[in-house]
Amino acid sequence: MSELNVPVLGVGGWLRFLWRQLTSMRVALLLLLLLAVAAVPGSVFPQWDQDAVRTAQYVADNPDTAPWLDRLGFFEVYSSPWFSAIYILLFISLIGCIIPRTMVYAKALRTPPPKTPATLTRFEYREQVSTHDSDLDQISERVTRALRGRSLWPRFRVSMVDEAPGQRSFSAERGYLREAGNLVFHMSLIGILVSFGLGQMLEYRGQAIVQQGRGFVNAQVSYDTFETGSLFSDDSMPAFRITLDDFTSQFRITDSAAQDFTASVTLTEEDGTASQHDIKVNEPLSAHGASVYLMGNGHAPVVTVRDAAGEIAFSGAVTFLPEDAQYTSRGVIKVPDVSTGEQLGFVGYLLPTADFSLGAGRSVYPEALDPYLILDLFRGDLGLDEGVPQNVYQLQTNKMTQVTGNELTTAPVVIARGQTVDLPQGLGTITFDDVVRYAAFDVRYDPTLVWLALFSITALVGVALSLFIPRRRVWVRVREITPAGAPPTVDIEMAALARGQDSGLGHELHRVRDAITGEVTQRQRSRDI
Amino acid sequence: MQLGELSDYFVWGTVTAYTIAMVAFAVDLSKVAEGARDQERPTFVGRRTTMLGVAMATTTLGALFHVVATVLRGVAAGRVPWANMYEFTLTGTLAAVLVFLGVNLWKEIRFLGVFVTLLAVTFLMVGLRGFHVEADGVQPALQSYWLVIHVGIAVLATGVFTVAFVLSVLQLMRANYDRAEVTESTRAKWRVALPASDRLEALAFRINAIGFVMWTFTIIGGAVWASEAWGRAWNWDPKEVWSFIVWVIYAAYLHARTTRGWDGNRAAWFAIVGYATVLFNFTGVNILFSGLHSYAQLPT
Repeated sequence: MSELNVPVLGVGGWLRFLWRQLTSMRVALLLLLLLAVAAVPGSVFPQWDQDAVRTAQYVADNPDTAPWLDRLGFFEVYSSPWFSAIYILLFISLIGCIIPRTMVYAKALRTPPPKTPATLTRFEYREQVSTHDSDLDQISERVTRALRGRSLWPRFRVSMVDEAPGQRSFSAERGYLREAGNLVFHMSLIGILVSFGLGQMLEYRGQAIVQQGRGFVNAQVSYDTFETGSLFSDDSMPAFRITLDDFTSQFRITDSAAQDFTASVTLTEEDGTASQHDIKVNEPLSAHGASVYLMGNGHAPVVTVRDAAGEIAFSGAVTFLPEDAQYTSRGVIKVPDVSTGEQLGFVGYLLPTADFSLGAGRSVYPEALDPYLILDLFRGDLGLDEGVPQNVYQLQTNKMTQVTGNELTTAPVVIARGQTVDLPQGLGTITFDDVVRYAAFDVRYDPTLVWLALFSITALVGVALSLFIPRRRVWVRVREITPAGAPPTVDIEMAALARGQDSGLGHELHRVRDAITGEVTQRQRSRDI
Repeated sequence: MQLGELSDYFVWGTVTAYTIAMVAFAVDLSKVAEGARDQERPTFVGRRTTMLGVAMATTTLGALFHVVATVLRGVAAGRVPWANMYEFTLTGTLAAVLVFLGVNLWKEIRFLGVFVTLLAVTFLMVGLRGFHVEADGVQPALQSYWLVIHVGIAVLATGVFTVAFVLSVLQLMRANYDRAEVTESTRAKWRVALPASDRLEALAFRINAIGFVMWTFTIIGGAVWASEAWGRAWNWDPKEVWSFIVWVIYAAYLHARTTRGWDGNRAAWFAIVGYATVLFNFTGVNILFSGLHSYAQLPT
């Protein structure tokens, strides 16, 4: 029994083997399919990055499975190790593929088209003609012109070889842009990935809710929420100021469908120059490389609360968040600064155009035509002094007593605009002075957007070139035969070859033949696919 | 009568015409195999039968109704007619039929007729019964010229993918027929009149390649619009996720064609799965998932 002759792969051999596997088309194909499959869970499960509220809700609703899903990255699919691993491997494979191809291509650009095969008879697309009216040089000239064309940009790249006395061959190639497009496309994908990654490191993003007549400064402290990339430094924030002068909205009378939102703002530069602008949903304002987007809007009721002693304990506009198309808005009014007694808290709804015909109030139109506030009152400790940041849209009621509300016999406080209502239990009064509009702005700065756009364009052009530019080779061999006492004959033999399927190849060869012979033959258009 | 209603009547007219065409195409197809006895290799090129003539004429008439319905819809809504699921169905189907008629001017593809009209009737019926809403303006988030470009190209790409999908399915059916070598099997007999499977593959590829470039543009245009409207070019919104999946699968298809062992009929499966993701991206994502692209406006 003879021993099996197993080739031994050293470490280097294994690495070479792995590298060759990784950069093979088969593995790239597999990775592409894996990438498609791995992207699916991100659309099925809520994602922390996209919708933290819904994700938290999902986690709360599924206490058995959610912790495991969270651990496995199913709520952060696109930054999970497994998703990252797939696309990083894919890009390594891509780089490993295009570097050698770029070198091959660079070499092909420097070398003439491959020389004419010794025999052209084996090609599927082949033509043969003879002429008696011209000599070898005249025919050569016509062949060159037929292949190059008359335009500035030669149709074919042509190389001529004198093979023997009285015999010449031409090898021609076109479609160099096909591979160039292919390479540009794949390089652009790397560009897009790098730009995108850099953008996430260099960006900043702030959200500000601004009531009419107020404003915000482009500074970290001025925003309600503020996020930055890991490489972002505070110095790159220009300190412009934006004031919301006016907010107008249009709704259709019949069904309250939103027609238009316009925020009229004043942009004040660091040097004090001011300019007026309109921001709409699809029309952000550009300010020093940052963009200011109109992301939302709503109503802020202006209320004055007097405590049991008749002192003004609170006065101002409070942002209420709309919950439906009629802008039924929910909000919280916290009144910590009472001169006597317990702190007060209100939770409830603003109905911009109230209708009480069905008993309980509801809003029937999103504009503040006939606004009412329907509030539940709490008294006790608001919990603001514990040093823990509180959500302004939520009332912490664990140390408070409910005074009015659905479960209690006391009806909620209902106030129309301009009215003042006494609070139950002699806790004071509340006045509903007015309603002002507010707008929610997102400010975003990403210096890589222009690169992202640029690489997207080159990717698009590249992929189109790589798919639609035909790559063809044409060979022509001319032979001069001079029989004694007869005019010279030039035999012309030609063949064409395409990279991949190319339904225009036969036509190309006919065109070249006609240009050489000067004849015009009817083009045979086949309707066969 | 309102213009929107008039548009709906024209859609019903379109459905009727396509249905007649589909029946005529099917009758003709059932007879095509009979030619197999007389000639060595039956083909649609130069085929002149009354049924096929009726089929093509009613398809063209249906396409004219379809164009009128689409234009009326746009006029009634005062904007481009592709801003909700019903309109996307309407225009995407029109794109598919026009691609079929357009390619047929150049290459003989009447053998696709029965399948294209079948899909068109199915999609239009689903649109009319399941997605129909009154013609109306759009919310501020959609008031942008990108609605014309981004969604318009997406609609066209869907039409292009639809025709290529039918070609890929026929490619597999033809290849299957050749492999089985059951010449006397009557049910599959019509397949003999189809072009050879490698020719079907070549045409499917050319059309899919156009669809892929259009889809690439759709995604880029969408990213630009997202950047303009939401301040994020790419946010892995469910619609973005599935557009990405569609793109990746068609990219895999293009690569499979040039990979030994994965080309030919195996690559066709990529195109078919790709088309399934196109359909899911349009229907499933709008209906099942919530996200920023949630203005599909389904009837309530």
